[in-house]
Amino acid sequence: MSWPALYAQLVGTNRHSTSLGKVWLSVLFIFRVMVLVVAAESVWGDEQSDFTCNTLQPGCENVCYDQFFPVSHIRLWSLQLVFVSTPTLLVSMYVAYRNHCDKRRILQGQEEELETLKKRRLPIAGALWWTYLCSLVFKMMFEGGFMYALYVVYDGFQMPRLVQCDQWPCPNLVDCFVSRPTEKTIFTIFMATASSICMVLNLAELAYLVEEGTGREEKPAAGRER
Amino acid sequence: SPMICPVRLNLESKMNWGTFYAVISGVNRHSTGIGRIWLSVIFIFRILVLVVAAESVWGDEKSGFTCNTQQPGCNSVCYDQFFPISHIRLWALQLILVSTPALLVAMHVAHRRHVDKKALKRSGRGSPKELEHIKNQKFEITGALWWTYMISIVFRLIFEVAFLYVFYLIYPDFKMVRLVKCDSYPCPNTVDCFVSRPTEKTIFTVFMLTVSGVCVLLNLAEVVYLIARACKRCMNRPEDEAKAAWITQRLSSYRQNEINQLIADHSLKSKLTVTKKSPTEKGERCSAF
Repeated sequence: MSWPALYAQLVGTNRHSTSLGKVWLSVLFIFRVMVLVVAAESVWGDEQSDFTCNTLQPGCENVCYDQFFPVSHIRLWSLQLVFVSTPTLLVSMYVAYRNHCDKRRILQGQEEELETLKKRRLPIAGALWWTYLCSLVFKMMFEGGFMYALYVVYDGFQMPRLVQCDQWPCPNLVDCFVSRPTEKTIFTIFMATASSICMVLNLAELAYLVEEGTGREEKPAAGRER
Repeated sequence: SPMICPVRLNLESKMNWGTFYAVISGVNRHSTGIGRIWLSVIFIFRILVLVVAAESVWGDEKSGFTCNTQQPGCNSVCYDQFFPISHIRLWALQLILVSTPALLVAMHVAHRRHVDKKALKRSGRGSPKELEHIKNQKFEITGALWWTYMISIVFRLIFEVAFLYVFYLIYPDFKMVRLVKCDSYPCPNTVDCFVSRPTEKTIFTVFMLTVSGVCVLLNLAEVVYLIARACKRCMNRPEDEAKAAWITQRLSSYRQNEINQLIADHSLKSKLTVTKKSPTEKGERCSAF
């Protein structure tokens, strides 16, 4: 997974974010992507090779691993991060569309204006405001959805040390041991906390946008905003 | 200039520490001298050592952990009991958390620049040259920025000490033992389990703890330095410029441009100018209060 490429994409959209949006992006990349790549991937690296069952029956370990770990935490978190990052691209697509429309209206040869067009920062009003709001709502939905999915699939955030399995071809109820359960629990809780912080930031940004939007409606002809 | 990690074993994790470095070192411009030393110590003696050396030492920590039994699952359970979280992960988390308060300062500076730009545009002097100048302006560590900087150092200290304490709780001895005795289920009785590379791990643990201690001392020195500088500024203030400086500092710095405009109309412009260099230390009121 090429996280630096995703980072490059998202940093470009930073110009049109609010300050809370910029803080959200930093929290996402430092406390979630970095921790995922630097630490979590090594903890889950040997999850299947070190999953041992108390039996010599071939195939029993595979089957039991598959029953208890339908999708690995690492993959769930990577998907969550990808899904949560993409609504921001909605905003940059809209800005690109606006710039394209405005460019067509400018006559050829006015190089300076084209440059300022590229570099300008659109105020978050009108259709851009709605686009931004939608992107925030989607972000929150994805965040909450993935956290809930993790909670449901793994029955909570704690990783058990021992699971008991009696799928065919295991001969009877066998004990299977998970590798590094405590470390995995610690990282699961850390990522869940970071996820919640991101959700809180999104809520705060939503409240700020709504307040700014309604404030603007009340004073349509005002000169300067406070 | 950005440092390039010389060894490229695991491209992805290298690239992420590299991006992290790029983000954190951007704050360097607004740090004190001690702050820059601290940043270099973090990157050379902690992150680089972690990535280049320590990760290979701890790489086979689980596969090399052998117990004197054939009972399946006993290895896993005993490893989990004695190593709830690996040293490497603790250090990586510590480095990430300790480096992030520096971003508080970067956010504050960005906010100041944004506000200055707005004030400049409103006063009608928004030529591209002046806007460029604002982008590259280096702020002195006074006033609100001093407090932000102070708070970021305090957080750094708190995180550093907290992690050292957690490390002490989990691994009370800095020495890595060669042999642990374990009798959790499903081990049939008390079995001997052997840790891989204990001496090498002890050496690296001592090294990382020492550098952690050095960083704590650097942070404390920086706190003392900042307080001393603020007090010196307080005491050197001459009386004749007191009133003008008092007005300037009282209405917080981001209104400086607007005040200039107002005062220009009242012909006090010569005493308060927004120049590239901030007013000399003598002319500023005590910034910490």
